[in-house]
Amino acid sequence: MNMVEVNGVSMRFNMAKEKHESLKEYFLAALQGRLQFEEFYALRDVSLCVKKGEFHGLIGLNGSGKSTLLKVISGVFKPTAGSVTVRGAIAPLIELGAGFDMDLTARENIFLNGTVLGLTPQYIREKFDEIVAFSELRDFLDVPLKNYSSGMVARIAFAIATITKPDVLIADEILSVGDFKFQEKCEERMRQLMSGGTTVLLVSHSIEQVERMCGRVTWLEKGRVRMQGNAAEVCAAYRTLGGQPAAAQ
Amino acid sequence: MQLLKAYLYDFWRYRYLLQNLIGRDFKLKYRRSVLGVVWSVLNPLLMNIVMVVVFSTIMDMRGAGIENFPVYLLIGQLLFGFFTEGTSSAMSSMLGAAPLIKKVYIPKYIFPLERVCFALVNCLFSFLALVLMMIFTGARLYATVLLALYPLATLFLFTLGVGLILAAATVFFRDVMHLWGVFTTALMYFSAIFYDPLQMGSFTVGSLQINTSQVIRFNPLYWYITGFRATVLDGRGLSWSMVWICGACALLALAAGLLVFRRQQDKFVLHI
Repeated sequence: MNMVEVNGVSMRFNMAKEKHESLKEYFLAALQGRLQFEEFYALRDVSLCVKKGEFHGLIGLNGSGKSTLLKVISGVFKPTAGSVTVRGAIAPLIELGAGFDMDLTARENIFLNGTVLGLTPQYIREKFDEIVAFSELRDFLDVPLKNYSSGMVARIAFAIATITKPDVLIADEILSVGDFKFQEKCEERMRQLMSGGTTVLLVSHSIEQVERMCGRVTWLEKGRVRMQGNAAEVCAAYRTLGGQPAAAQ
Repeated sequence: MQLLKAYLYDFWRYRYLLQNLIGRDFKLKYRRSVLGVVWSVLNPLLMNIVMVVVFSTIMDMRGAGIENFPVYLLIGQLLFGFFTEGTSSAMSSMLGAAPLIKKVYIPKYIFPLERVCFALVNCLFSFLALVLMMIFTGARLYATVLLALYPLATLFLFTLGVGLILAAATVFFRDVMHLWGVFTTALMYFSAIFYDPLQMGSFTVGSLQINTSQVIRFNPLYWYITGFRATVLDGRGLSWSMVWICGACALLALAAGLLVFRRQQDKFVLHI
Protein backbone atom coordinates (compact mmCIF):
# COMPACT_ATOMS: atom_id res chain seq x y z
CA MET A 1 0.00 0.00 0.00
CA ASN A 2 1.26 3.47 -0.80
CA MET A 3 1.49 5.52 2.35
CA VAL A 4 2.57 8.71 0.62
CA GLU A 5 1.56 9.54 -2.91
CA VAL A 6 2.80 12.69 -4.56
CA ASN A 7 1.39 13.25 -8.02
CA GLY A 8 2.85 15.86 -10.32
CA VAL A 9 3.33 18.42 -7.58
CA SER A 10 4.54 21.89 -8.47
CA MET A 11 5.12 24.59 -5.94
CA ARG A 12 5.37 28.16 -7.12
CA PHE A 13 6.50 31.07 -5.02
CA ASN A 14 6.02 34.67 -5.97
CA MET A 15 9.26 36.28 -5.15
CA ALA A 16 8.23 39.88 -4.93
CA LYS A 17 11.08 42.09 -5.99
CA GLU A 18 10.09 44.48 -3.28
CA LYS A 19 7.98 43.48 -0.38
CA HIS A 20 4.98 45.75 0.06
CA GLU A 21 4.35 45.69 3.70
CA SER A 22 2.18 48.74 3.92
CA LEU A 23 -1.06 49.61 2.18
CA LYS A 24 0.21 52.87 0.79
CA GLU A 25 3.23 51.27 -0.81
CA TYR A 26 1.10 48.49 -2.18
CA PHE A 27 -1.45 50.77 -3.78
CA LEU A 28 1.16 53.10 -5.16
CA ALA A 29 2.91 50.15 -6.74
CA ALA A 30 -0.35 48.73 -8.03
CA LEU A 31 -1.33 52.05 -9.57
CA GLN A 32 1.95 52.38 -11.35
CA GLY A 33 1.78 48.81 -12.53
CA ARG A 34 4.88 47.92 -10.64
CA LEU A 35 3.38 44.95 -8.91
CA GLN A 36 5.60 42.39 -10.50
CA PHE A 37 6.47 39.10 -9.10
CA GLU A 38 9.24 36.90 -10.13
CA GLU A 39 7.84 33.45 -10.34
CA PHE A 40 9.98 30.80 -8.88
CA TYR A 41 9.24 27.12 -8.98
CA ALA A 42 10.67 25.36 -5.97
CA LEU A 43 9.16 22.12 -7.23
CA ARG A 44 8.16 21.17 -10.74
CA ASP A 45 6.09 18.13 -11.54
CA VAL A 46 7.46 15.95 -8.78
CA SER A 47 5.95 12.52 -8.33
CA LEU A 48 6.81 10.12 -5.60
CA CYS A 49 5.34 7.00 -4.06
CA VAL A 50 6.39 5.60 -0.74
CA LYS A 51 5.18 2.18 0.26
CA LYS A 52 4.29 1.07 3.74
CA GLY A 53 7.35 0.38 5.85
CA GLU A 54 9.70 1.86 3.30
CA PHE A 55 12.64 4.04 4.28
CA HIS A 56 12.78 6.63 1.55
CA GLY A 57 15.64 9.08 1.18
CA LEU A 58 15.66 12.50 -0.46
CA ILE A 59 18.96 13.86 -1.64
CA GLY A 60 20.04 16.88 -3.62
CA LEU A 61 22.08 20.03 -3.31
CA ASN A 62 21.01 22.99 -1.21
CA GLY A 63 17.99 24.70 -2.74
CA SER A 64 16.93 21.71 -4.78
CA GLY A 65 13.51 21.61 -3.13
CA LYS A 66 13.89 18.81 -0.59
CA SER A 67 12.54 20.74 2.36
CA THR A 68 9.78 22.27 0.28
CA LEU A 69 8.69 18.81 -0.78
CA LEU A 70 8.57 17.66 2.84
CA LYS A 71 6.54 20.70 3.77
CA VAL A 72 4.10 20.03 0.95
CA ILE A 73 3.75 16.44 2.11
CA SER A 74 3.20 17.42 5.72
CA GLY A 75 0.54 19.96 4.72
CA VAL A 76 2.35 23.17 5.59
CA PHE A 77 2.33 24.31 1.97
CA LYS A 78 -0.53 23.75 -0.38
CA PRO A 79 0.89 22.75 -3.78
CA THR A 80 0.28 25.08 -6.71
CA ALA A 81 -0.47 22.08 -8.91
CA GLY A 82 -0.73 18.37 -8.37
CA SER A 83 -1.93 16.45 -5.37
CA VAL A 84 -0.59 14.82 -2.26
CA THR A 85 -2.17 11.93 -0.41
CA VAL A 86 -0.90 10.72 2.91
CA ARG A 87 -2.51 7.77 4.65
CA GLY A 88 -2.32 7.86 8.40
CA ALA A 89 -0.77 10.11 10.99
CA ILE A 90 2.34 12.09 10.17
CA ALA A 91 5.04 12.98 12.63
CA PRO A 92 6.84 15.90 11.05
CA LEU A 93 10.40 16.51 12.11
CA ILE A 94 11.00 19.26 9.63
CA GLU A 95 12.85 21.38 12.03
CA LEU A 96 13.47 20.21 15.51
CA GLY A 97 11.86 22.29 18.14
CA ALA A 98 9.10 23.73 15.99
CA GLY A 99 6.46 24.69 18.48
CA PHE A 100 8.81 24.99 21.39
CA ASP A 101 8.44 28.09 23.45
CA MET A 102 11.87 29.10 24.62
CA ASP A 103 10.53 30.79 27.74
CA LEU A 104 8.89 27.65 29.03
CA THR A 105 10.70 24.82 30.78
CA ALA A 106 11.42 21.52 29.10
CA ARG A 107 8.66 19.87 31.10
CA GLU A 108 6.08 22.40 29.93
CA ASN A 109 7.37 22.18 26.39
CA ILE A 110 7.00 18.44 26.27
CA PHE A 111 3.28 18.88 26.90
CA LEU A 112 2.93 21.83 24.55
CA ASN A 113 4.78 20.18 21.69
CA GLY A 114 3.04 16.89 22.28
CA THR A 115 -0.32 18.53 21.79
CA VAL A 116 0.98 20.31 18.69
CA LEU A 117 1.58 16.83 17.32
CA GLY A 118 -1.96 15.88 18.29
CA LEU A 119 -1.25 13.76 21.38
CA THR A 120 -3.51 13.80 24.40
CA PRO A 121 -2.15 15.07 27.73
CA GLN A 122 -2.98 11.74 29.28
CA TYR A 123 -0.86 9.90 26.70
CA ILE A 124 2.02 12.31 27.24
CA ARG A 125 1.86 11.79 30.99
CA GLU A 126 2.04 8.04 30.48
CA LYS A 127 5.04 8.32 28.19
CA PHE A 128 6.69 11.19 30.04
CA ASP A 129 9.38 9.07 31.69
CA GLU A 130 10.19 7.37 28.44
CA ILE A 131 10.62 10.73 26.68
CA VAL A 132 12.87 12.02 29.43
CA ALA A 133 14.90 8.83 29.54
CA PHE A 134 15.48 8.91 25.81
CA SER A 135 16.59 12.52 25.84
CA GLU A 136 18.88 11.92 28.87
CA LEU A 137 18.07 15.37 30.21
CA ARG A 138 16.37 14.56 33.47
CA ASP A 139 18.47 17.02 35.45
CA PHE A 140 17.44 19.94 33.28
CA LEU A 141 13.69 19.37 33.10
CA ASP A 142 12.73 22.55 34.91
CA VAL A 143 15.14 24.85 33.13
CA PRO A 144 13.69 27.24 30.54
CA LEU A 145 14.52 26.05 27.07
CA LYS A 146 16.32 29.24 26.18
CA ASN A 147 19.16 28.07 28.37
CA TYR A 148 19.51 24.81 26.46
CA SER A 149 22.09 24.17 23.78
CA SER A 150 20.76 23.35 20.32
CA GLY A 151 21.81 19.75 20.74
CA MET A 152 19.79 19.46 23.94
CA VAL A 153 16.74 20.98 22.27
CA ALA A 154 17.09 18.49 19.45
CA ARG A 155 17.19 15.59 21.89
CA ILE A 156 13.94 16.61 23.52
CA ALA A 157 12.27 17.25 20.18
CA PHE A 158 13.30 13.94 18.72
CA ALA A 159 12.19 12.11 21.83
CA ILE A 160 8.71 13.65 21.70
CA ALA A 161 8.20 13.21 17.99
CA THR A 162 9.06 9.55 18.00
CA ILE A 163 7.22 8.58 21.16
CA THR A 164 4.09 7.72 19.21
CA LYS A 165 4.10 5.12 16.51
CA PRO A 166 3.42 7.49 13.61
CA ASP A 167 2.41 5.99 10.30
CA VAL A 168 4.71 8.35 8.45
CA LEU A 169 7.79 9.98 9.93
CA ILE A 170 9.17 12.93 8.02
CA ALA A 171 12.71 13.83 9.00
CA ASP A 172 14.65 16.75 7.62
CA GLU A 173 18.32 16.81 8.51
CA ILE A 174 17.56 16.02 12.08
CA LEU A 175 20.17 13.39 12.53
CA SER A 176 22.95 15.86 11.91
CA VAL A 177 22.51 17.45 15.31
CA GLY A 178 23.60 15.87 18.50
CA ASP A 179 26.76 13.94 19.22
CA PHE A 180 27.58 10.67 17.49
CA LYS A 181 26.19 8.60 20.34
CA PHE A 182 22.86 10.34 20.13
CA GLN A 183 22.84 9.98 16.37
CA GLU A 184 23.31 6.25 16.76
CA LYS A 185 20.47 6.22 19.23
CA CYS A 186 18.22 8.09 16.80
CA GLU A 187 19.02 5.71 13.97
CA GLU A 188 18.27 2.86 16.30
CA ARG A 189 14.92 4.40 17.21
CA MET A 190 14.04 4.94 13.56
CA ARG A 191 14.81 1.33 12.75
CA GLN A 192 12.60 0.26 15.64
CA LEU A 193 9.77 2.39 14.31
CA MET A 194 10.20 0.95 10.86
CA SER A 195 10.05 -2.60 12.08
CA GLY A 196 6.80 -1.55 13.69
CA GLY A 197 5.51 -0.53 10.25
CA THR A 198 6.33 3.17 10.19
CA THR A 199 7.21 4.68 6.86
CA VAL A 200 10.09 7.12 6.94
CA LEU A 201 10.97 9.96 4.61
CA LEU A 202 14.46 11.22 5.28
CA VAL A 203 16.37 14.21 4.00
CA SER A 204 20.05 14.12 4.63
CA HIS A 205 23.24 15.53 3.26
CA SER A 206 25.18 12.59 4.54
CA ILE A 207 25.24 10.23 1.58
CA GLU A 208 26.69 7.45 3.69
CA GLN A 209 23.77 7.68 6.04
CA VAL A 210 21.22 7.66 3.23
CA GLU A 211 22.90 4.71 1.62
CA ARG A 212 23.08 2.84 4.89
CA MET A 213 19.51 3.45 6.01
CA CYS A 214 17.30 3.97 2.97
CA GLY A 215 15.80 1.45 0.63
CA ARG A 216 14.85 3.80 -2.15
CA VAL A 217 16.10 7.27 -2.88
CA THR A 218 14.82 10.26 -4.86
CA TRP A 219 17.36 12.74 -6.14
CA LEU A 220 16.02 16.23 -6.64
CA GLU A 221 17.74 18.81 -8.76
CA LYS A 222 16.38 22.36 -9.13
CA GLY A 223 12.93 21.23 -8.15
CA ARG A 224 12.73 18.31 -10.54
CA VAL A 225 13.25 14.64 -9.98
CA ARG A 226 16.63 13.83 -11.42
CA MET A 227 16.69 10.18 -10.52
CA GLN A 228 14.64 7.74 -8.52
CA GLY A 229 15.53 4.18 -7.63
CA ASN A 230 17.25 2.00 -5.12
CA ALA A 231 19.64 3.64 -2.75
CA ALA A 232 22.95 2.26 -3.96
CA GLU A 233 22.37 3.22 -7.60
CA VAL A 234 21.10 6.73 -7.00
CA CYS A 235 23.74 7.52 -4.42
CA ALA A 236 26.47 6.31 -6.71
CA ALA A 237 25.17 8.48 -9.53
CA TYR A 238 24.81 11.45 -7.20
CA ARG A 239 28.40 11.09 -6.07
CA THR A 240 29.88 10.96 -9.52
CA LEU A 241 27.69 13.51 -11.29
CA GLY A 242 26.99 16.50 -9.20
CA GLY A 243 27.62 15.51 -5.68
CA GLN A 244 31.26 16.29 -5.23
CA PRO A 245 30.74 18.41 -2.11
CA ALA A 246 28.40 15.90 -0.61
CA ALA A 247 30.76 13.03 -1.23
CA ALA A 248 33.45 14.93 0.59
CA GLN A 249 31.45 15.00 3.80
CA MET B 1 -23.05 23.30 7.24
CA GLN B 2 -20.30 21.04 5.97
CA LEU B 3 -17.85 23.83 6.70
CA LEU B 4 -19.04 24.17 10.24
CA LYS B 5 -18.77 20.44 10.74
CA ALA B 6 -15.16 20.45 9.58
CA TYR B 7 -14.39 23.31 11.93
CA LEU B 8 -15.97 21.56 14.86
CA TYR B 9 -14.13 18.32 14.11
CA ASP B 10 -10.80 20.15 14.01
CA PHE B 11 -11.73 22.00 17.14
CA TRP B 12 -12.34 18.75 18.96
CA ARG B 13 -9.14 17.17 17.69
CA TYR B 14 -7.01 20.11 18.74
CA ARG B 15 -8.76 20.97 22.00
CA TYR B 16 -5.73 19.98 24.04
CA LEU B 17 -3.50 22.21 21.99
CA LEU B 18 -5.89 25.08 22.60
CA GLN B 19 -5.86 24.31 26.30
CA ASN B 20 -2.07 24.15 26.38
CA LEU B 21 -1.61 27.38 24.45
CA ILE B 22 -3.92 29.20 26.84
CA GLY B 23 -2.01 27.69 29.74
CA ARG B 24 1.25 28.87 28.20
CA ASP B 25 0.03 32.44 27.75
CA PHE B 26 -1.22 32.45 31.28
CA LYS B 27 2.07 31.22 32.72
CA LEU B 28 4.10 33.65 30.67
CA LYS B 29 1.91 36.61 31.51
CA TYR B 30 2.35 36.30 35.24
CA ARG B 31 5.79 34.72 35.41
CA ARG B 32 8.13 36.75 37.60
CA SER B 33 5.47 39.08 38.93
CA VAL B 34 5.05 38.92 42.68
CA LEU B 35 1.29 39.31 42.76
CA GLY B 36 0.71 37.18 39.67
CA VAL B 37 -2.90 36.66 38.76
CA VAL B 38 -4.01 39.16 41.39
CA TRP B 39 -3.12 41.80 38.82
CA SER B 40 -6.06 40.72 36.71
CA VAL B 41 -8.28 41.91 39.54
CA LEU B 42 -6.19 44.77 40.80
CA ASN B 43 -5.58 46.36 37.44
CA PRO B 44 -9.21 47.04 36.43
CA LEU B 45 -9.96 48.04 40.00
CA LEU B 46 -7.25 50.69 40.04
CA MET B 47 -8.16 51.89 36.55
CA ASN B 48 -11.74 52.16 37.67
CA ILE B 49 -10.82 54.26 40.68
CA VAL B 50 -8.76 56.57 38.49
CA MET B 51 -11.62 57.07 36.08
CA VAL B 52 -14.24 57.53 38.75
CA VAL B 53 -12.10 60.19 40.35
CA VAL B 54 -11.45 61.89 37.03
CA PHE B 55 -15.05 61.93 35.94
CA SER B 56 -16.62 62.86 39.22
CA THR B 57 -14.18 65.59 40.27
CA ILE B 58 -11.98 67.05 37.58
CA MET B 59 -14.35 66.83 34.66
CA ASP B 60 -17.43 66.74 36.81
CA MET B 61 -20.02 66.12 34.17
CA ARG B 62 -20.86 62.54 33.42
CA GLY B 63 -21.07 60.63 36.63
CA ALA B 64 -24.03 62.63 37.79
CA GLY B 65 -27.45 61.10 37.39
CA ILE B 66 -26.18 57.58 36.85
CA GLU B 67 -26.99 55.24 39.64
CA ASN B 68 -23.89 53.59 41.09
CA PHE B 69 -21.48 55.20 38.66
CA PRO B 70 -18.39 53.17 39.73
CA VAL B 71 -20.06 49.86 38.86
CA TYR B 72 -21.68 51.31 35.74
CA LEU B 73 -18.24 52.44 34.60
CA LEU B 74 -16.48 49.23 35.57
CA ILE B 75 -18.84 47.08 33.51
CA GLY B 76 -18.16 49.24 30.49
CA GLN B 77 -14.43 49.12 31.09
CA LEU B 78 -14.31 45.35 31.53
CA LEU B 79 -16.37 44.45 28.48
CA PHE B 80 -14.72 47.02 26.28
CA GLY B 81 -11.33 45.92 27.59
CA PHE B 82 -12.15 42.33 26.69
CA PHE B 83 -13.09 43.38 23.17
CA THR B 84 -9.93 45.41 22.57
CA GLU B 85 -7.63 42.86 24.17
CA GLY B 86 -9.27 40.00 22.29
CA THR B 87 -9.26 41.66 18.90
CA SER B 88 -5.82 43.20 19.07
CA SER B 89 -4.13 40.08 20.37
CA ALA B 90 -5.97 37.93 17.81
CA MET B 91 -4.79 40.39 15.19
CA SER B 92 -1.12 39.66 15.83
CA SER B 93 -1.68 35.96 16.52
CA MET B 94 -0.79 34.74 13.04
CA LEU B 95 2.48 36.65 13.06
CA GLY B 96 3.29 35.25 16.47
CA ALA B 97 2.55 31.72 15.32
CA ALA B 98 4.79 32.03 12.28
CA PRO B 99 7.61 29.78 13.53
CA LEU B 100 5.08 27.08 14.25
CA ILE B 101 2.85 27.08 11.19
CA LYS B 102 5.83 27.22 8.88
CA LYS B 103 6.90 23.84 10.11
CA VAL B 104 3.91 21.87 11.30
CA TYR B 105 0.42 21.66 9.93
CA ILE B 106 -2.04 23.04 12.46
CA PRO B 107 -5.48 24.47 11.67
CA LYS B 108 -4.63 28.13 11.64
CA TYR B 109 -7.74 29.50 13.25
CA ILE B 110 -6.54 27.91 16.51
CA PHE B 111 -4.30 30.91 17.09
CA PRO B 112 -6.83 33.78 16.93
CA LEU B 113 -9.27 31.57 18.81
CA GLU B 114 -6.71 30.95 21.52
CA ARG B 115 -6.04 34.67 21.95
CA VAL B 116 -9.71 35.51 22.28
CA CYS B 117 -10.17 32.67 24.76
CA PHE B 118 -7.23 33.94 26.75
CA ALA B 119 -8.72 37.44 26.79
CA LEU B 120 -11.95 35.91 28.05
CA VAL B 121 -10.13 34.05 30.81
CA ASN B 122 -8.53 37.32 31.88
CA CYS B 123 -11.89 39.04 31.72
CA LEU B 124 -13.47 36.38 33.92
CA PHE B 125 -10.75 36.89 36.52
CA SER B 126 -11.41 40.60 36.33
CA PHE B 127 -15.06 40.04 37.18
CA LEU B 128 -13.79 39.48 40.69
CA ALA B 129 -13.02 43.20 40.67
CA LEU B 130 -16.63 43.80 39.69
CA VAL B 131 -17.85 41.67 42.56
CA LEU B 132 -15.61 43.56 44.99
CA MET B 133 -16.81 46.88 43.66
CA MET B 134 -20.44 45.84 43.92
CA ILE B 135 -19.97 44.76 47.52
CA PHE B 136 -18.08 47.93 48.31
CA THR B 137 -20.74 50.20 46.84
CA GLY B 138 -23.54 48.14 48.32
CA ALA B 139 -25.11 47.31 44.99
CA ARG B 140 -28.02 44.92 45.06
CA LEU B 141 -27.66 41.47 43.60
CA TYR B 142 -30.48 40.54 41.27
CA ALA B 143 -31.40 37.11 39.98
CA THR B 144 -31.17 38.54 36.46
CA VAL B 145 -27.39 38.38 36.88
CA LEU B 146 -27.55 34.96 35.28
CA LEU B 147 -28.89 36.51 32.09
CA ALA B 148 -25.61 38.43 31.77
CA LEU B 149 -24.17 35.25 30.28
CA TYR B 150 -26.00 36.02 27.06
CA PRO B 151 -24.37 39.38 26.26
CA LEU B 152 -21.04 37.93 27.41
CA ALA B 153 -21.26 34.84 25.23
CA THR B 154 -22.40 36.79 22.19
CA LEU B 155 -19.68 39.37 22.78
CA PHE B 156 -17.18 36.51 22.78
CA LEU B 157 -18.39 35.33 19.36
CA PHE B 158 -18.46 38.88 18.05
CA THR B 159 -14.89 39.47 19.22
CA LEU B 160 -13.77 36.18 17.70
CA GLY B 161 -15.29 37.10 14.34
CA VAL B 162 -13.68 40.52 14.27
CA GLY B 163 -10.41 38.98 15.48
CA LEU B 164 -10.39 36.45 12.64
CA ILE B 165 -10.87 39.17 10.03
CA LEU B 166 -8.13 41.29 11.58
CA ALA B 167 -5.75 38.35 11.85
CA ALA B 168 -6.18 37.54 8.16
CA ALA B 169 -5.83 41.18 7.13
CA THR B 170 -2.70 41.73 9.22
CA VAL B 171 -0.87 38.90 7.49
CA PHE B 172 -1.04 40.85 4.24
CA PHE B 173 -0.94 44.40 5.52
CA ARG B 174 0.77 45.19 8.79
CA ASP B 175 -0.79 48.65 8.66
CA VAL B 176 -3.94 47.19 10.11
CA MET B 177 -2.22 46.86 13.47
CA HIS B 178 -1.52 50.56 13.69
CA LEU B 179 -4.93 51.57 12.43
CA TRP B 180 -6.80 49.34 14.82
CA GLY B 181 -5.31 51.10 17.84
CA VAL B 182 -6.67 54.39 16.60
CA PHE B 183 -10.00 52.87 15.72
CA THR B 184 -10.54 51.29 19.13
CA THR B 185 -9.72 54.56 20.83
CA ALA B 186 -12.38 56.28 18.75
CA LEU B 187 -14.75 53.43 19.45
CA MET B 188 -14.19 53.78 23.17
CA TYR B 189 -15.79 57.21 23.15
CA PHE B 190 -18.78 55.84 21.28
CA SER B 191 -19.47 52.84 23.46
CA ALA B 192 -21.13 54.61 26.37
CA ILE B 193 -18.52 53.45 28.83
CA PHE B 194 -18.38 56.47 31.09
CA TYR B 195 -21.59 58.25 30.21
CA ASP B 196 -25.21 57.50 29.64
CA PRO B 197 -26.06 58.19 26.00
CA LEU B 198 -29.53 59.37 26.96
CA GLN B 199 -27.96 62.26 28.81
CA MET B 200 -25.92 63.30 25.83
CA GLY B 201 -27.00 66.17 23.69
CA SER B 202 -26.71 66.35 19.95
CA PHE B 203 -23.98 67.58 17.69
CA THR B 204 -24.04 69.07 14.23
CA VAL B 205 -22.14 67.98 11.17
CA GLY B 206 -22.52 70.71 8.55
CA SER B 207 -26.21 71.52 8.58
CA LEU B 208 -27.20 68.12 9.93
CA GLN B 209 -28.13 67.75 13.54
CA ILE B 210 -27.29 64.37 14.92
CA ASN B 211 -28.46 62.94 18.18
CA THR B 212 -25.65 61.14 19.99
CA SER B 213 -27.88 58.47 21.46
CA GLN B 214 -29.11 57.66 17.97
CA VAL B 215 -25.61 57.27 16.56
CA ILE B 216 -24.51 55.06 19.39
CA ARG B 217 -27.22 52.55 18.59
CA PHE B 218 -25.21 51.56 15.55
CA ASN B 219 -22.33 50.46 17.70
CA PRO B 220 -22.65 46.74 18.53
CA LEU B 221 -20.47 47.15 21.61
CA TYR B 222 -23.00 49.55 23.06
CA TRP B 223 -25.59 46.78 23.01
CA TYR B 224 -23.37 44.20 24.68
CA ILE B 225 -22.41 46.64 27.41
CA THR B 226 -25.94 47.91 27.91
CA GLY B 227 -27.34 44.40 28.00
CA PHE B 228 -24.81 43.42 30.62
CA ARG B 229 -25.62 46.49 32.70
CA ALA B 230 -29.33 45.90 32.46
CA THR B 231 -29.03 42.41 33.94
CA VAL B 232 -26.30 42.98 36.51
CA LEU B 233 -26.82 46.53 37.65
CA ASP B 234 -30.48 47.32 37.04
CA GLY B 235 -31.99 43.90 37.64
CA ARG B 236 -33.97 44.14 34.44
CA GLY B 237 -34.17 41.39 31.89
CA LEU B 238 -32.87 41.76 28.37
CA SER B 239 -35.07 43.76 26.06
CA TRP B 240 -36.01 42.20 22.75
CA SER B 241 -33.73 44.51 20.79
CA MET B 242 -30.81 43.64 23.07
CA VAL B 243 -31.38 39.96 22.42
CA TRP B 244 -31.58 40.14 18.68
CA ILE B 245 -28.95 42.81 18.07
CA CYS B 246 -26.37 41.07 20.28
CA GLY B 247 -27.11 37.73 18.65
CA ALA B 248 -27.23 38.99 15.07
CA CYS B 249 -23.99 40.98 15.36
CA ALA B 250 -22.23 37.97 16.85
CA LEU B 251 -23.39 35.60 14.13
CA LEU B 252 -22.67 38.06 11.34
CA ALA B 253 -19.18 38.85 12.59
CA LEU B 254 -18.39 35.19 13.15
CA ALA B 255 -19.65 34.13 9.72
CA ALA B 256 -17.71 36.91 8.02
CA GLY B 257 -14.61 36.10 10.05
CA LEU B 258 -14.69 32.39 9.26
CA LEU B 259 -15.26 33.06 5.56
CA VAL B 260 -12.49 35.62 5.19
CA PHE B 261 -10.09 33.56 7.25
CA ARG B 262 -10.81 30.34 5.41
CA ARG B 263 -10.35 31.96 2.04
CA GLN B 264 -6.97 33.38 2.91
CA GLN B 265 -5.47 30.84 5.27
CA ASP B 266 -3.58 28.79 2.70
CA LYS B 267 -1.66 31.88 1.67
CA PHE B 268 -0.63 32.82 5.20
CA VAL B 269 2.48 30.66 5.21
CA LEU B 270 3.87 32.55 2.23
CA HIS B 271 3.44 35.97 3.82
CA ILE B 272 4.68 35.64 7.37
